[in-house]
Formats: sequence, C-alpha cells, structure tokens
Amino acid sequence: MDAHAHEHPNSSPPVAGLLAQFASPEALRAAAAAVRAAGWTRWDVHSPFPIHGIDRAMGLRPSPLPWLVLGAAVVGVVLALAMQLWMNGIDYPLIISGKPLLSLPTSVPIMFELGVLLAAIAAFVGAIALGGLPLYGHPVFFSSRFSRASTDGFFIFLAADDQRFEPISAQALLRSAGAVSVETLQVDEASGRVPGGLYWILATAVVLALLPPVLVTWYRTGPKSNPRIHLIQDMDFQEKYRPQSASPLFADGRATRPTVPETIPQGRLQADEHLYTGKVAEQWVTTFPMQPTAAMMERGRERYGIFCTTCHGLVGEGGVSGITSARAVKRREPNWVLPLSLHTQSVREQPVGQLFHTITHGVRTMPALGAQIPAEDRWAIVLYVRALQRSQNATLDDVPEPIRSQLRPVSP
Amino acid sequence: MTTLALMHDDNTANDPQRRAPLVIGPQTDETVTDSVCRVTEEVRTPRAWFVALVVSAALTAVFFGTIGYLITTGIGVLGNNRPVMWAFPIVNFVFWIGIGHAGTLISAILFLFRQQWRTAINRSAEAMTIFAVICALIFPGIHMGRIWVAYWMAPYPNQMALWPNFRSPLMWDVFAVNTYFLVSAMFWYLGMIPDLATLRDRATSRLRHSIYGLLALGWNGSARQWQVYERAYLLLAALATPLVVSVHSVVSTDFAVAQLPGWHTTIFPPYFVAGAIFSGFAMVVTLMVPARAYFGLKHLVTLRHLDNVNKIMLATSCIVAYSYAIELFIAWYSGHSHERFVHLNRAFGPYAWTYWLMVACNVLLPQLFWLKRCRTTPWIMFLIALAVNVGMWLERFVIIVVSLSRDYLPANWAMYYPTLIDVLMLLGSFGLFFTLFLLFCRYLPMVAIWEVKHVLPREEVNHGRTRA
Repeated sequence: MDAHAHEHPNSSPPVAGLLAQFASPEALRAAAAAVRAAGWTRWDVHSPFPIHGIDRAMGLRPSPLPWLVLGAAVVGVVLALAMQLWMNGIDYPLIISGKPLLSLPTSVPIMFELGVLLAAIAAFVGAIALGGLPLYGHPVFFSSRFSRASTDGFFIFLAADDQRFEPISAQALLRSAGAVSVETLQVDEASGRVPGGLYWILATAVVLALLPPVLVTWYRTGPKSNPRIHLIQDMDFQEKYRPQSASPLFADGRATRPTVPETIPQGRLQADEHLYTGKVAEQWVTTFPMQPTAAMMERGRERYGIFCTTCHGLVGEGGVSGITSARAVKRREPNWVLPLSLHTQSVREQPVGQLFHTITHGVRTMPALGAQIPAEDRWAIVLYVRALQRSQNATLDDVPEPIRSQLRPVSP
Repeated sequence: MTTLALMHDDNTANDPQRRAPLVIGPQTDETVTDSVCRVTEEVRTPRAWFVALVVSAALTAVFFGTIGYLITTGIGVLGNNRPVMWAFPIVNFVFWIGIGHAGTLISAILFLFRQQWRTAINRSAEAMTIFAVICALIFPGIHMGRIWVAYWMAPYPNQMALWPNFRSPLMWDVFAVNTYFLVSAMFWYLGMIPDLATLRDRATSRLRHSIYGLLALGWNGSARQWQVYERAYLLLAALATPLVVSVHSVVSTDFAVAQLPGWHTTIFPPYFVAGAIFSGFAMVVTLMVPARAYFGLKHLVTLRHLDNVNKIMLATSCIVAYSYAIELFIAWYSGHSHERFVHLNRAFGPYAWTYWLMVACNVLLPQLFWLKRCRTTPWIMFLIALAVNVGMWLERFVIIVVSLSRDYLPANWAMYYPTLIDVLMLLGSFGLFFTLFLLFCRYLPMVAIWEVKHVLPREEVNHGRTRA
C-alpha cells in the first residue's frame, strides 16, 4: 500500500506494483475474493464509492474507530464535569441563585457538549489517520487510467513489496480474475516527496503557535519584577477626569467642582461648635462634649493605637518610640523632625479643645487627621491621651490607698 | 451498468408497486459526476452568479463596515436601550442558529433513518448550516460591546483569577454553539473528501489540481479508506443527531431560565427546536430552488426531494402552530396576571402587527403545502419559503423584543425601534451568508457525488440496501 517498492532490488526503474481495472463493482468484488484467496497481503481495492461487502471479500478487520470515539466521549464528559466543579466549586467558589457549589444539574449541558465535541474530533481525526491520510505520493496516482477511480473506475492494486509479488504470475492472477486492463506502475522518486519549503512553513507555524502558551506559563510561574502584561487596559486607562485635572466643560477650567456657596451637603451640617471645633466663643474648651465613659476610653485606646502610635509611640513619649520615627532616624532622613512627647509640660497644660484641634488640623509637621477620624473618635483619642499623660506624671495621691503599700521605691 | 429510465421528469407519484427513483433520466456514475463537477469547472464565469456575488459581497462589505463602526463607536449605535437590552443582534443570532438546524437534520438524522433522498441535498444543506452558524456567531460577539475581550468567555487561567460562571445558560450557549459549528464543519469536510478527490482527478489546470489535491488529502478511494471513512461518517452522524435537538434547546434556556413573563416557560426547548427545523427547511428551499435550476441539477435535486422538504416544513409548521396555541393556553390557564398580559400585549399591543404577520407566515401560509400542487411547484414553494423566513425572524422578534418592552414594571416600559445600523447589519448578515453560499456553489461539489452514486438505481448492486 505504501511506496516502499523502491527497495525492490531487481528492476530499474523499480516497479511499484500492478494496477488492474475492472468493469463493475461485482467484478471487483469477485476479483478481490480471488486475490485474497491467493494469499496476498499488500494490496488494495479502489472504487468511486464504498462497495457493499468488499471488506468481507478482502478480509479486512473491523476498524477500531468506534472505541476511540467512545473513549473520547467519556473523556469529554468527565473533563467537563471536573472542570466545572473545580472552577466554580473549589478553586473560586461561586454562589449563584442559592445553588450548591458542587451542582450537578447545571453541569449537564456542558458535559454533553464537550462529550460530543471530543467524540466528533476523535471520529474526524481517526477517520483521517486510520485511513492513512494525508497520502500524497501513492503509486496509483502515476497511472493516467486511475483518475477514473473517483468517477466510475474500479481498480485493484497489487503492491510490489508483497512477498508473493512476481510480475508474470501477478498479471495472470489479475487477468483470470476478470481485469479489463493491467498496468505496471513504476516508482517515481520525485513525486512522492513533499516540497521542503512546506516543512519550514509548518515548523515556523508550530513555533509561533507555541510562543503564547510558553510566555503565559513563564509569566505565571514565580515572581516577576515587572507587573504582568495586561492585554486589555480598559481599567488602567479610563475615560474619566482625575482630581485636580483640567476640563473644558466648565468656565473655571477645573474638573473638580467646588461646593456650591452657601450650601451644606446632606449630613455634613456641623452646627455643634464644641463637638466639631473644640472651641466655644473662640476659646479652647476644657471639657468634653460628651460624658467620658469606660467604653469611650477603650475606643480612644484602640484609635490611638491605629492613628498615633506610629509617631508618638505606644505611651506617647515621642522621639524614636514610634516605628515611623525610628525608621526615619535610622535612615538619617535629613528633614525628619522628631515627634513631640505628649508628656511635656506644654502639652499637658493644653486644654482638651486644643488637643482636639491639633488632631483635626495637624501642627507643624504633624498632618491633619480630621478627614480620616470622625469627631467622636477624635474626642475619644483626646480622652486616652489625657489618661496617658496622667499615667506618666502620676503622684502618690493618684494611687488608691489599699495598694500604696505594694509600691516599691525606684532607684534614682 | 443498467439504469432505470423514466418516461418523463416527474418522480413525485407514489406508486406502492415500486419506489420512485431519486434521479431523473438515464444516469450513470459518469453523468452524475459530470453534472456536479461541471458547475465548478465552467471556465466562463456564469453571469447571473457573478451579479449575485457582487450584490451579496457588497452587502458583506456593509456588514463588516457597520461592525467596524459599532466597535469603534460603541454599542449606542444600535437601537438597544432600556428595557430592550436584547434586540436585533440576539434576534438575528437565534434566527441564524435556527437556520442551521435543517442542514444537520438532513445530514445526520435522515442518514441514520436511511432516508436516501437526502444524498442530493445534504452537502448544500450542511454548507448552509456552517454559513448560518458563522453569521450567528458574529452577533453575540459584537453585541457584547467590548468584542476584544470575547476570549474572557473561555475558561483559561488568567491573572484576574476568575473562571466563567458555568451555571449561566449564556455559558452553555458558548459551548453549544461552538461545538455545533466545529462538529458541522468536520462533518461537512469529511463528507466532501472523496468528492474533492473527484475534482482533483478531473482537474485540467495545475492550480486546480494542486488546490483540490491538497484538500483531498491524497484520497484514493481504497477499500481500507472507505471502511474507516464510512464508519466515521456514521459515528459523526450519530454524534450530530443529538446536536439537532440540543443546540436550540440550550439557546432557548437563555430565555427560559430568566424570569421575564413570556420567556419563563418550559415549552421553549421543543418549541425552539421545531421552529429551527422549520426555518432551516424554508432556507433550504430558498437556496435550492434557484440553485438546482441555475446550475442544471434538476435531475439530481428532483421535485420529489423538494416535495419531501415541503412535507417536513408542513409538519414543523403544525408543531410551531401548536406551540403558539399552547403558549396562549398556558398563559390563560396559569392564572398569572403578568403572563396573561404579555400574551395579550403580543396580540393586541403596539407590536401586534409583528405577531399577526408571524402567524400568517408561519401558520397559515404553509398550510398550502397540504396541496400537492403547491409542494411540487417551484415558484409557489419558493414564495412560501420566503414568507416562512420572514415569519421565523419575526417569531424571535416577538419573543425577545416584545416581551422585554413591557415587563413587570409599567414605569419601565418603552418601545424599541431599530436604528439604520441595526437594519444594515441584518441585511449585511444575509450578504455574508449568500456570499459564502455562492462561493461554495461555484468552487466546491454542491451535491455529494459519491453518495448519489451509492443510491443510483443500479440493478446489479441491489442487495436490498441500495434501493432507490
């Protein structure tokens, strides 16, 4: 069947085989039975349409294709089920309409589709591969008579590489089987070859096709110093105005719109001077706008821990006790100003209103935190700062009577 | 080789004594091969074919031009707007997917049922399927707005660490329609390989020989090739058969799973499948009536074939009519006020004319096919088929647009009107479809030559299997 005939030692140019034409499908079928009975193995029958019963006459074994297709269908169904359960149920659990995470019924359509798809691919690829295709250089194509094989010609081809091949007896066999004509086919060395350029085109295509998956794999494995390439940059470059940018839409040329004069946005009314400014009649207040409670103290301790400790330290001694400050000093930042201790005389003497004001608007290099911390929480922090100050400047009178006896003298 | 000759060109009579032949006149393997291949081998460009190609190619250019305009400008160039967010693109998508179903039914189901008359029309019907699915696949793509991220629908590992939502019918749709396209294309190409070999062997120019030779993969019609080939063909037919009913069922779940009145019904899958086959056979008639006459294939695609196709159209028309009736009955029987309203709105609301035109085209006109004269007269069936094409497009419009335009909240109601771009896109998709079909007619074997040879009325080969 293949063009192995060039290995034949005796003839030059070497014989590829014998091609015999028959008058009808019936004659072909009878001849095929005769050739089979003679014990030939490397031969085939060519016809313009499938002839009923020819495979039995030739003694062909049933094709294994159905098993391949069944296997592919099973793989498709299992793959689809595993894919859906893992992707939507395990790797990134997705709760939709209260359905269970490992939901079988919603997986059925894709299981079916993928099963059919893989089975169809197996049938298609199997038909081509098991049929020996593509097969561009078969010896039968060198016969001018053979072009009838796809219209109304019925042929038997006996390949020269069959063990029984002997030109005279093979001719006789075909003639006695009813051949209309018998032709000896020579091997054409050149025509069986695929042009070399085709290989290069194919190789280039394969390499190019492999590039994207290789790049993706390389970028997805291990850390990279550059950010990953995002193909679609719609989220990075959006058609919108950023703060402080210019816009031709407004007369003042600013995209950021100032609030309308004489108006207060809903929920922003800050009529309580004591609560929101820490002043009453231009004087620092010395009292809290709410009744201090243990809960407020606890809240203040928590907020102080979040917003203040990085500079002022856990007990408020300033200097390098906060981690930011310690790091700046360690790095010898030239412009770093050491944060103040909250326990110095001047801070301790400040009224609570002034402390509140400092947190709200900042002072010297301390930033304003009013935008980040609600007013109630700022007052809670002030309360906690007051407690810290008292803890660091306590006298014996501050210690309750029953436990004074437990105090130890501190060596100077 | 003897063949049965008929006295005249009518093979539509039903004589219980003898099966009607599937080809007309004294046909041999050679005349069949010749009449099919001649279409592609004609050196002179056929005039009418060329005019039709120019017109449809121009419409194709309009199609891709409007798509380019849509992509560069934005989805606002379409008429889609609240509450009708699914409009022409989805109507067109469902319409084109439906068209494809006839091809698969002819090539797969009729093959399994040994309906040998399919051999003359299966190749062109499969081609129609593939071209219709191509048109269909374009619409949801451009309808997404950001077509350049269409690949996000594929389940691939990405840096967003997200997977598609497989519980959504829209995701099932992606798999169903793509599977349908791939399986149809493989089935089509596999069926064509022996005929491509025929064209290769008849080629007189080196270019034709190389191109058809490359496509034919070196097919030499050996018994070993035929054996595995026939087995694969049977398996592909068996695999494509469930697709005939599954694809449009999945498409119908896009609607049926939503809770919109007029969409949320269990009748949708069978109703959509029947409608799809109905519209597909109408398109087969629309294409084959002119093609068989123009390309001289009347003796292969005979009136009996068209008669059979029209009978299927009549049957599916009755199923569609039944579905319309059941929809109305369920709307009344459910006692659900919104469900009732939606159906009254379809029949008597602002879009009532689309509903009644749909009923006229899909239910009333096809009843003419009860008359044999209408089933066997080409111009009558052509006109009815055109009407059915219109009617089936309107059916999808009624289901999708009319239901959306008036949903639960009256405050949300609005009329939908297509823009010029919508209309041009619809026409353009027909241009693409016809362009592909015309190219197919001229450059590929329109009729499955080897299959027709297989069913030629051949006394000698008649082993109870290849009866005509």
